[in-house]
Order: sequence, then C-alpha cells, then structure tokens
Amino acid sequence: MIEIEDITKVYQMGEVKAHALRGVSLRVDPGEWVAIMGPSGSGKSTLMHLVGCLDTPTSGVYRLDGVGVGAMEEDQLAAVRNRQIGFIFQSFNLLSRTSALKQVMLPMQYSRNGERIPPNEREGRARAALEMVGLGDRLDHHPSELSGGQQQRVVIARALVNNPVILIADEPTGNLDSESGSEVLDILRQLHQDQGITVLMVTHDEEIGAMAERVVRLRDGLIVEGAGQ
Amino acid sequence: MTVWITDLWENVRVALDGLLVNKMRSMLTMLGVIIGVGAVIALLAVGEGAQAQITGQISSVGTNLLFVIPGAVQSGPGVQGALGSATTLTYDDALAVADPRNVPDAACVAPEYSRNTQVIFGDANVNGPVLGTTAAYQSAFELEVAQGRFIEDKDVDKRATVAVLGINVAQDLFGGFDPLGQEIKVALAGEGGGRISLTVVGVLEEKGGSMLGSADDTVFVPISTAQTKIFDGRNALGQLIVTRINVMAVGEDRSAAVQEQVEAVLAERHDIEEGEDPDFSVTDQADLLSMASEITGILTVFLGAIAGVSLLVGGIGIMNIMLVSVTERTREIGIRKAVGARKGDILTQFLIEAVVLSILGGALGILLGIGLAQLVDLTGVIGSIVTLESVVLSVGFSLAIGLFFGIYPANQAAGLKPIEALRYE
Repeated sequence: MIEIEDITKVYQMGEVKAHALRGVSLRVDPGEWVAIMGPSGSGKSTLMHLVGCLDTPTSGVYRLDGVGVGAMEEDQLAAVRNRQIGFIFQSFNLLSRTSALKQVMLPMQYSRNGERIPPNEREGRARAALEMVGLGDRLDHHPSELSGGQQQRVVIARALVNNPVILIADEPTGNLDSESGSEVLDILRQLHQDQGITVLMVTHDEEIGAMAERVVRLRDGLIVEGAGQ
Repeated sequence: MTVWITDLWENVRVALDGLLVNKMRSMLTMLGVIIGVGAVIALLAVGEGAQAQITGQISSVGTNLLFVIPGAVQSGPGVQGALGSATTLTYDDALAVADPRNVPDAACVAPEYSRNTQVIFGDANVNGPVLGTTAAYQSAFELEVAQGRFIEDKDVDKRATVAVLGINVAQDLFGGFDPLGQEIKVALAGEGGGRISLTVVGVLEEKGGSMLGSADDTVFVPISTAQTKIFDGRNALGQLIVTRINVMAVGEDRSAAVQEQVEAVLAERHDIEEGEDPDFSVTDQADLLSMASEITGILTVFLGAIAGVSLLVGGIGIMNIMLVSVTERTREIGIRKAVGARKGDILTQFLIEAVVLSILGGALGILLGIGLAQLVDLTGVIGSIVTLESVVLSVGFSLAIGLFFGIYPANQAAGLKPIEALRYE
C-alpha cells in the first residue's frame, strides 16, 4: 500500500525555484490500477519518480507498506527499488550492447541480503520472464536489434523478474506506434489481472487512462481529482 | 563474510561483462596504458644498457691502467691544442717512467706512438690506426695472440719491419688466407708518400670494442719502426716522441701511488714548478669511468624524460577515454541504480573495470617494452637492460592514473539520485 501525505518537490534551477509538487497526498491500495494524468509540467512524472524511490521529496511523508521511505538511506532505497518496484520508462532505459537475457538478469544481480536469488536460477527466471512477454526467441538480441515494442517488452520483463509488488510505468506507450503500444498494454493488463500487481501509470492518453480503475489528475503540482481516501 | 565475498564476486562478473560488452572502449583505454608502460620500459632499458656497455668497455681494459698523454687536461684561457696532439712527451720520458727507481709501483710500462694510415695487401686495403709499441703492451692490455707472436723487444731494438694484426684487420686484408709471413704495405706519412713493406708475424685474438679504440682494428708495429720508418715521430728538438704512455700499476690499490710517482718524475724532467700547469696529464680508469657515467647518466635522464612524456601522454589517453564515456556511463549507472544497484555496487564495478584494464594493459605494456628492448638489442648498436624499477614505476603510474580516472567520474555519478543519472546528458 502506497501512502503519500502532503509531499512537495522543489527543483533549484539556478536562482529560480521550480515547484514541481506543491503538497500532494495520495493513497493506492494493493492490487489497484491507477492512471496518473495531467498536462505537461503538472508534476505527474515527478510524482512517479518519488513513488518509485528514484528521487526524494523536499518535504512530506511517504510510506510504502507502512514503512517510512523518507527516512531511508540510499542503500535501503536501492533495496526497495530492487525488490518491491518495477519500472517501465518511456525511453526504455536499456543498457546498450547488452543482450535481452542479460538486461533481464540485471535486477537479480543486485538482489542481496537474504533475498538473494541464487545465480544458477537467474538465467532460467530471466528466460521465463522474456517468454512471458513473447520474446522467447529474442534472448540474445541487443536493443539495437529490437523494435521499440520489443524493447519495451524487454523492459517489462526486467521490471517483473524480481516479482515486485508495484509496477510503475511512465508513459510506457509514449514512444511506440499504436499496435505495439496496445501489445504492451495487454501484457500489463494481464499481469494486473493474473498476479494482482499494483500498477501506477502516467499517461496523457484518455483512452489508456480509461483502462485504469481510478484516474488521478494533476495540475500545477496539485492533485485535482482521484486522490483516494 | 561469505555474503561479502559473493557480493564482490557478483560485482566482478558485472564488471567483466561490462568490459566485454564495450570491447572498443576497453581496447582504447588499455592502449594508453600499453604504450605508456611499453615506452618507459624500452627507453629506460636502452639508457641502462648504454650505461652498462660503456662502463663495461672501460673496465674491460683493466682497472689498474693509467694513461699518460701529452698536453694539459685543464682548460684555461687561450688556445689549446687537442688532447694528445701535443709533442711534449718523449721516448726518454717513457723510459724514465719505466725505470723502477722512479715509479716503483708500476708493473709494466708500454709507450705507444700511434697514427692513422692506409694498410694494403694486394687489392685489399684498410684505413686505421698503426700503433707502434713495445712488448709490454701485450700484458698491459691483456692481448691474446691467435697466431704467431706479438712485438718483441728485439724488434724494437732492430727497428724491424714486422707487424702484428688485429683480428678485423687480418680478416679485411686476407679473408680466409693465412696472413703469417705475408708482406703488407703501409702508406708512409709525409710529403714524399711511398710505402713500406712489413712482414706479418702475428695475429691477435678477438678483443672486442672499447671506447679507447679497438685492438681488433689496429696494426701493431715496433715503436721504433713507427717513429722513424713509417711516421716522423720527432719533435722540433729532434727527440723521439710518444703519443701515449700506458702504465699498469702492480695492483688496483696502487694506481693512485703510480699516478703520483709518474707526475713527480715527469714534472722533474719537464721543469714544472709547484702550482704550474703540467704539459702532460695522467688519467686512470676511475677518471674515465666517472666521466663516462656522467655522460650516460645524462643520457638516462634524457631518455627518462622522453619516457615520462610518453607515460603522461598515455595517462591523458586513459583519462580522455574515461571522461568521454562518462555521459554514456552516467546513464548506465542510472539504469543500474533504478533496478537496485547500491552505490557500493557501482563503485566496485568501476574499480574492478579500472583495475582489470590497468593490470592487463600494464602486463601487455611490459611485454611490449621488453620486446622493443630486445629489438634494440638485436640491432647490435646498443645494448638494453630492462630494470625492475622501470617496470614498477611505469606500471604503478598507469595503475594510479587508470584507477583515478576510472573511479573518480564513476564516484560522482554513483552519488547522483537515480533519476538525475538517468537524465544526465
């Protein structure tokens, strides 16, 4: 369960302070599918990055399954990202010159402290994750040899391989044509239905937003709709 | 503890993967180390080799030898003739030095009168030193006779027209023929020209090169023959002169005493007052050695400076490739952090990458340096000696540069929040 209370995020850009978030409170229950929408510059990506522990808030409280994330050290945050959160980025963020299989094995290489995934299980798990997203025949392909839709599916496999509880997708179809976009969305929907994984998705496509169980709308760093209880 | 080791092993594998994935970048980085290390080792080896060669040549002559040459060594105001060109040392001086009452610590004294001229046999001819001396020369310079005999005292007494050939001269003139008993012709000095015939009575064993001229290239004749029949070895007063007196001390520890005794007897004979500059000079092996090591020391410093520059250039090469790839690598670090890498994981990965590249490059550089040094050896012009110091110095330096520029940017990037690293351009 994600609980966010009165979070602000201020970017210092030279002399000017940019208020990306001005006091946002949000609650997402386990197994929910939430779409986060809003115009450019409304702070929706910033909110995603905070929820995904890629960034830290300027003020406010963020609890993940009841644990205060704001007080965590960087290394503890790394463990949270590794075990509990899976990321899907608009720009994929795959390592260049690295095979799909190795990309997917990456999160397992950073699994530590009692949650280590034994090295001899890793390749099998990565293979299974890639087969699940329909890339069983592309294991040795590098990103440059894959289409945009295929690259995004490698990213999904990488996000899922450590069995996270939350999947955070920042405009996952933003760089894709509509056909590969709907393929990606189908995979996400299936994951949500079959495994009950919590999905937070940033989009500005109303049609995609409509697939969600709840739509949270931001404007100028504030939530204007759908903050939850 | 075991967790710590498996963590480390994990990072080692990640780093090795990274190196293999970016083969071109790895190669370029290593190239800087290879060239830097190779150049330093090769250049210092050549410097060291030259030094050893020169000191070896000098000490091969025998360390208890002293040389008396005409003319002053001290440079002062006014024009001074080239060393050895003066005519102030006479044959009688040499006899006085050879007198055990004057120089009791001399084991043997060999005066010489030496000039360059042409030596002919049939169609073959060589241009080289013709050195008139006495029988004592053989023991002073430890010359071995391969065939026949060396110059003997009776040859000197009779001004005999005989010659003993250095091995190179014998080969150049006679090829495979037996030179013993053959007549060679020596071009006479002076305006009249003409030639004189000498009978070959001996050939020497190979002696090897020396800074002081090689016996292998020399034609030895009785000193009296050289002074009167081949050259005109007299000064303005009509006295027979010598170009050098070689004095061997009875022991190495006695060479200082011999020097004093020789200086005393010659100063007396030449009427040189206390404090006056003498018209001769006595040098010993130690003088020559220190002079030579001064020269080769400069050579080594010079080569070392060049080597230092190549090391610096190699270091800058490493630095460039590391810094240029920082943009790409910052994104990589962002991606790795986003999927759960901790700062320590990132740093270990980059540290291992840098260590592997530096050590691998250093090892290849050592091989390259030794290879180059051996190539230089093969030319035969100059020797080379690879020293441990040069290896330690060059590898240490490139290791330091490789580590610093491998880790410093990575440390900066690893300190960023994941989202900042992902957005880095």
